Amino acid sequence: MDTLKERFLGKQYDPFTVDVEKGRITQFANSIGEENPIHFDIDAAKSAGYRAIPAPLTFAYSITMDAGQSFNVLEDMAVDKNKAVHGEQGFTYHTDICAGDTITGQQTIVDIYDKKNGALIFVVTETKLSNQNGEPVTDLHSVIVIRNS
Amino acid sequence: MTDNDNFADIENGASIPPLSRGPISRTQLALFAGASGDHNPIHLDDDIARAGGLDGVIVHGMLMMAVLGQMLTSWASQARVKKFSSRFAAMALPGDTIVCSGVVKGKREENGERLADLEIKAENQNGDALLKGTATVVIG
Repeated sequence: MDTLKERFLGKQYDPFTVDVEKGRITQFANSIGEENPIHFDIDAAKSAGYRAIPAPLTFAYSITMDAGQSFNVLEDMAVDKNKAVHGEQGFTYHTDICAGDTITGQQTIVDIYDKKNGALIFVVTETKLSNQNGEPVTDLHSVIVIRNS
Repeated sequence: MTDNDNFADIENGASIPPLSRGPISRTQLALFAGASGDHNPIHLDDDIARAGGLDGVIVHGMLMMAVLGQMLTSWASQARVKKFSSRFAAMALPGDTIVCSGVVKGKREENGERLADLEIKAENQNGDALLKGTATVVIG
């Protein structure tokens, strides 16, 4: 645990870039049962005040998945994926992610701690996403729980 | 805009309008896997899920959270949501319904904006906790 902390606390992974396509947003919205026309129809989005079709609230996590950011930490720590679960997910929103955006991001390990005398290890990461204009769009806060056996 | 009628005047302790989605089908899990980019086979393939010690495929945690997010944006327009987080308390299975609810825990002002802090949750059709979360929404 201490070695893990020494090696990984504060580690920053390489920046990544993901293009957000309209078709992907509408597929995502369909697959979650979303019914709001702002995610399907550009006119509905614009009349609701959005500059283009906005991504639903949790889509930012898929951007990080596309960039391989959910498993790279486990691979880096040489942890078996079957021993890890997604314990908690948080989002802080600055402005919308819309179809046509190019999103860049970078993930940092911000905390590592254990519970139950080391039987569970918690790895907390923060990924900050910004758009093609350099504006921050969403910060993701992820907690990965690893069974240490 | 898409704000709900009782939106800006909501009081401490008041419930926000609940939202449910389900029953969740295996087809929906397949569509969400493709659309979300989470291709982990424990959501798609019973054999692999059983080999991992489960009884069968389970619902993606992020699909449950996406449903919880829809409760927020059905009440307040999306641009008003400042923070949204949840802890994954338990697994949901195909056939389960995701039942979301929330309560206003406090109202405050920050940088000239009126904010409401919410306690939100998702349960299955039997009332078992799936997600426990919080959100902060601009109400004025």
